[in-house]
Amino acid sequence: MLKITDLVKRYGKGDPVLKNLDLTIEGESVVSIIGSSGAGKSTLLRCINRLVEPTSGSIVLNGTELTTLQGRELRAARRKIGMVFQSFNLVDRLTVMENVQSGRLGYISTWAAVMRRYPKKDIRRAFELMERVGIAHYADKRADELSGGERQRVGVVRALMQDPEILLADEPTASLDPKTSEQIMGLLRDLAGELKLPVLINIHNVNEAKIYTDRIVGMRYGRIIFDDKPDSLDQEAMDQIYSGSPHADRSTDMKEAS
Amino acid sequence: MSTIAEKFGREDWSRFTFKQRMQRYAAFALSALLLAWALGSIDVIWVWVWDAPEQMGDLLGRMYPPDPSNLGAILRVLLETVNIATFATALGVVVSLPVAYLAAQNTTPNRATLWLGRLILVTSRSVNTIIWALLFVAIFGPGVVAGILAIMFRSIGFIGKLLGEAIEEIDKRPVEALEATGASRFKVIVYAIIPQVMPTFWAVAILRWDINLRESTVLGLVGAGGIGIILQGAIDTFNWPEAAMVLLAILALVVLGEVVSAFLRRRIL
Amino acid sequence: MSDAPDTWRKPPFIANRWLRWAVYLGVITYIVWVGASMPINWERVADGLGRAKRIFGGAFPPSFERSGLLIDGFLESLKIALLATAGGVALSIPIAFMAARNIAPLPIYYLGRAIIIIARSFHPVIVAIIFVKAVGFGPFAGVLTLIVYSIGFVAKMLAERIEEIDFGQVEAMRAAGAPYLSTLVYAIFPQIMPRQIGLSIYQLDSNLRASAVVGIVGAGGIGATLANAFGRYDYDFALAITIVIVGAILISEGVSGMIRKRIG
Repeated sequence: MLKITDLVKRYGKGDPVLKNLDLTIEGESVVSIIGSSGAGKSTLLRCINRLVEPTSGSIVLNGTELTTLQGRELRAARRKIGMVFQSFNLVDRLTVMENVQSGRLGYISTWAAVMRRYPKKDIRRAFELMERVGIAHYADKRADELSGGERQRVGVVRALMQDPEILLADEPTASLDPKTSEQIMGLLRDLAGELKLPVLINIHNVNEAKIYTDRIVGMRYGRIIFDDKPDSLDQEAMDQIYSGSPHADRSTDMKEAS
Repeated sequence: MSTIAEKFGREDWSRFTFKQRMQRYAAFALSALLLAWALGSIDVIWVWVWDAPEQMGDLLGRMYPPDPSNLGAILRVLLETVNIATFATALGVVVSLPVAYLAAQNTTPNRATLWLGRLILVTSRSVNTIIWALLFVAIFGPGVVAGILAIMFRSIGFIGKLLGEAIEEIDKRPVEALEATGASRFKVIVYAIIPQVMPTFWAVAILRWDINLRESTVLGLVGAGGIGIILQGAIDTFNWPEAAMVLLAILALVVLGEVVSAFLRRRIL
Repeated sequence: MSDAPDTWRKPPFIANRWLRWAVYLGVITYIVWVGASMPINWERVADGLGRAKRIFGGAFPPSFERSGLLIDGFLESLKIALLATAGGVALSIPIAFMAARNIAPLPIYYLGRAIIIIARSFHPVIVAIIFVKAVGFGPFAGVLTLIVYSIGFVAKMLAERIEEIDFGQVEAMRAAGAPYLSTLVYAIFPQIMPRQIGLSIYQLDSNLRASAVVGIVGAGGIGATLANAFGRYDYDFALAITIVIVGAILISEGVSGMIRKRIG
């Protein structure tokens, strides 16, 4: 279970990007976060694995408070959180297998990492997962030889190799064409079911969110203003999520304050 | 009817504005002044200058024809020169790796190490190979050890600087991705940074090898080994035909080195 | 379901096994052979530590007592660099035109290329010794040396730039009936001018660096002062000279970088 309470993130002295945000994710549901650019979706995801340092608040994953961890403990916590990126973030000049095994870097010894002596069970697991997403025959290819959809599959397998307790996906389909994008979304949904894994997906495409996820969270300017089943996302909710300006939002703040 | 010139309100045109023109004149004037100062005050005996073409012609005349009688020894020392350059490049590459790591803003552990890295690079780069060679000959005595160290010390700065810049320019997204998997700093370097700088690494190493071939031909002039010793000997004994042969050998070596490095660059990159 | 393979090897850099092992073996043989054949006097090298201590002990603190000598040497280096840059750049322009494939007729092209290759292949110190023998000790030999050195770099880069120019502009000028020289001035110079100025400033910087070393073999400038100090075991003065050289190089590098950036 992931429980976020009162999370605030402020860059410099400006307006906070996340404003006292609360969110709880239970079970193995696929949750999508929608909202216009700048709503804080990406910051929220990056706060969870501390690629972005939260300003205040609490994030608890299966009993572990994440916001206070440092060094070795932080790395141990991070390997339980898989992440899939918009631009795949593969190491282009390494082979697909090395990219996939880099998901295990938090587990294996430095010697094994440098010499590429991966444990047998990791290699078997990698081949199984690659087979599952259809890229096993590319194991020896360099990552930059693959197409966008194939590269994102490598990204997904890398995250799953971590043996994660939750999977974060930051706009996983934004760099892909519509057809490939649906394949990846379907894959994420199916894998979540197969591996009994909660998945949190930032997404621009509301249709895909409706089709492939169990729950939709709508964000606007650092707050959650919608949180319900996909069916309940009506036109009015959509308008609320995608309209308005930071200015309008701030003026309501002022009213509340006074 | 108005002419086009009237329409635009002007008939004159110049390429530069007044300020630009003044700046250009100032730059010209400054250059001319500097040159005049240099020419006027340099410590030169002008008679010798007018004499120079004749002297050069005379020297070239005495060099011809080159004397190949000592070719065996020349080639043997030429090979030693190549070995000095190759070994020194290899050692320089190995030492410059940690220095580049320190001198790159995104990998260096803290500000103190950043400045340490930069200090090493600047010192290495600013002192010429020959000056390094003078120092090492004084320390280790004449011979190839001084030569190898001199070339190595000069190479560290060159390779380290270019490699450090390559590290600063890498794509940061894979680094972020690997940090998110919980990998340690060292593993992130091995998996996300090293693969990205590998092409630059090879290119820089080959380039420096090519430069070092040239540099190692002069080490002998200060006693640090290589073909320069024979050249110095021939010149000192006014054996100009042999000096010409050595010069031809050096020319061949350098051209060959350029061909080899161009080939390696194509093969590896 | 675990019929998946449980071993994996990174594909080797050189696919052919025999070639790969041949390369490894070759490298090892080379290292052993060089290690064995190098004429190294290990005893002499082992002595080095004590000497290093003495040299560095003698070098600290650096002595600026004879700063008059130091300044004279440095100014001479500067003059050498300035004159050599002016002469070298002036000569580089015609040589670059000779060595540009798209402008020069074939025999002239080969002549131009040959000049550049010879100028580039010899380290300035070697060129300096020859000029010192031909025209005597002193800064004049230094200027000649660095002119050759400048031609090797500036003419090569400039020739490459000329080969890259947009030839359409030349054709347009010719179509307009422009004579040869006007074509040069209007269609080719504007295309290579920015590059030329940048190269000249860069070369001034390189020449200043090089002028510090050609003096070591007698071609004038601060290098001569340094070689003398070393020869007389005045390590504290030598260190002072080195510090001045390093400082001057850093300043000149900074200034030249700044100017080139402004010119764009």
